[in-house]
Amino acid sequence: MAEKRTRIRVKNLDGGGAEIFVLISHPMETGQRTNPKTREKIPAHFIQKLTFYVNGKEVAVADTGTGVSTNPLVSVRVANAKRGDKVKVTWTDNFGEKDEEEITIGDAG
Amino acid sequence: MVDDAVTSRRTVLKGAAAALGTWLVAGVLAPLRALAAEWSKPAFESRKVEDALQNLFGTAQATPSASIRIVAPYQAENGATVRFEVSTTLPNASTIAVLVEKNPAPLVMAMHVRGAQPYVSLRLKMAESSDVHAIVKSQGKLYSAKQNIKVTVGGCGG
Repeated sequence: MAEKRTRIRVKNLDGGGAEIFVLISHPMETGQRTNPKTREKIPAHFIQKLTFYVNGKEVAVADTGTGVSTNPLVSVRVANAKRGDKVKVTWTDNFGEKDEEEITIGDAG
Repeated sequence: MVDDAVTSRRTVLKGAAAALGTWLVAGVLAPLRALAAEWSKPAFESRKVEDALQNLFGTAQATPSASIRIVAPYQAENGATVRFEVSTTLPNASTIAVLVEKNPAPLVMAMHVRGAQPYVSLRLKMAESSDVHAIVKSQGKLYSAKQNIKVTVGGCGG
């Protein structure tokens, strides 16, 4: 896939630590919709697991369902994350699709 | 002869009961152990908040708590994307679950924190105006908070 599906942005928090935002390009189909032309049900297609790592250590795991919006934006806060730390996010969906992205926390934010 | 038959039948029954007991314990404990690791299909397919909690945590008993903070709009123009943020000061919060009561499948997310702060922010899909519940697991117990969000346009369209 040419376009990046997973993007991470880190915002340094005032009281120290950082908030890790992940934005994923994903349809998050609920399985409730029907295609108006063919009248066929559109099968559910959604992210089930979203894992956040800081320097290789798992800090948060989210199990997700169809109620998360299309193109999910999810964030978690890590108290001791600082500049130079590596932040990685991985996800998998119910079709077995997966992606991951890793960045290094910079000065920005 | 009759006594013997009765005794042996009892022995058999006792054995069967023991086996059943073991099987039940194994059956009940297995999902609990798998909670953190496995994506819980029954919880995410539950149609009611209580059933989802039962399937996710093994109990639906949650105590309302003022230590859970929800940041969300009271009214959302578009149910397809509603910002929702939960944080808590409850000690050792291990899981934060978010449930939209009137969605066809209420459970939206179960965030297990392992080092991250007990905080999550996400965007919800809401089928209609509904209470949105934030359930926090802290030291083995469940605590709850909720906020009603009015939706002007449904989010079922995705």
